[in-house]
Amino acid sequence: MLAKRIIPCLDVKDGQTVKGVNFVNFRHAGDPVELGHQYSIQGADELVFLDITASHEGRKTFVDMVRKVADRVSIPFTVGGGINELKDVDVLLNAGADKVSINSAALRNPGLIDEVSAHFGSQVCVVAIDANLEDNLWRCYLNGGRIPTDKDLFGWAREAQERGAGEILFISMTHDGVKKGYPNEALATLADNLNIPVIASGGAGKREHFRDAFQLGKADAALAASVFHFGEISIPELKTYLKNEGVTVRL
Amino acid sequence: MNVVIIKYNAGNIHSVVHGLRRIGVEPLVTDDKALIRAADKVIFPGVGEASSTMAYLREHGLDTLIKSLTQPVLGICIGLQLMCRHSEEGDTACLGIFDADVKRFLPQRHEDKVPHMGWNTLTNLQTPLFEGVGTGDYVYYVHSYYAAFCEQTIARTDYLHPYSAALHKDNFFATQFHPEKSSVAGERVLTNFMQL
Repeated sequence: MLAKRIIPCLDVKDGQTVKGVNFVNFRHAGDPVELGHQYSIQGADELVFLDITASHEGRKTFVDMVRKVADRVSIPFTVGGGINELKDVDVLLNAGADKVSINSAALRNPGLIDEVSAHFGSQVCVVAIDANLEDNLWRCYLNGGRIPTDKDLFGWAREAQERGAGEILFISMTHDGVKKGYPNEALATLADNLNIPVIASGGAGKREHFRDAFQLGKADAALAASVFHFGEISIPELKTYLKNEGVTVRL
Repeated sequence: MNVVIIKYNAGNIHSVVHGLRRIGVEPLVTDDKALIRAADKVIFPGVGEASSTMAYLREHGLDTLIKSLTQPVLGICIGLQLMCRHSEEGDTACLGIFDADVKRFLPQRHEDKVPHMGWNTLTNLQTPLFEGVGTGDYVYYVHSYYAAFCEQTIARTDYLHPYSAALHKDNFFATQFHPEKSSVAGERVLTNFMQL
């Protein structure tokens, strides 16, 4: 059976992971390459690296990091942040990334999804959507949640699928950082509306939240950052728990 | 050891290069026929579309070259599909090394997603390619087309129905999954191939 995927997400600035990382007995928490390797050993199914650097120099550092990750990590990994055109995708795939995550650039220029999937295949094209629940509408946001748009989550996700997105990464701004669970109702609606995989992001605080995202939210994968980085939830324990709860996971 | 990756118009070759480096092998990526013939091991990887990749291979004479190779050859993903008889993708006549036809996954229910993407299990493992890999071990897949069962099937995966996770005939081996992205099990398959 196809396994549900657990995906740690690492924010990277100038070649270093940001947000405190607090692994027990792990001295290289600031190094995204070593941290990614550590997660892969623990049983992560995929990794996501987000470049949150703005500068040109930082960008080059990020591409170097992607190359090092590819040489070190034996599971698929997605890279995102700062992807604006086809050329950016080409550079990252050449450096060894398996998939790219595009967010604001796709909202500004939806044709980018068509271009990326036509050139490199749908399987590399993850469309990330930051959305916030406002008066029963899941409003999509630009620039990491800073600029509201007129688009709603379900319509935009459907359009992204039709344009060739291979997966939808739905980041709930409403749930992010609150640690009270993923937006299961919206996730289930997405799963019912789409026929590409949906990755849940935003809200993980306990093991039960992952179970609910898979069982109630029908998500194909669940992404989280701080609960893994701070060691609040360990991936081996999480996967054993999920298996006992009847979720198919890779152990 | 002299390991060559066949260079052609398919994507995802970089990840195989990185995967081999992780097991200590530095491959040469080339479409030079003499270099390919002289290699100890040949890898035929890639992600792509059947008719356009097959057309490219024919145009460059790589189709007859691949069939004539006598050293161990490992096809990966689209490589496996192109080594079969025929693919439904673009109604393409393929290399015909394996006696299997390639068909598209047909979803039966809404939850059945195509492509088959993610980690799935291996069973019915045969040949030294899977030495040390266990029944139920997970490997990573991304594909919309599959090779049906045939006498040359040496591993099975179930998605919607059982299909060939790997094939073997003479010196030719192929996996539908990506060993270069399949963690410990995948590295074992690559290492085993290097020891054939």
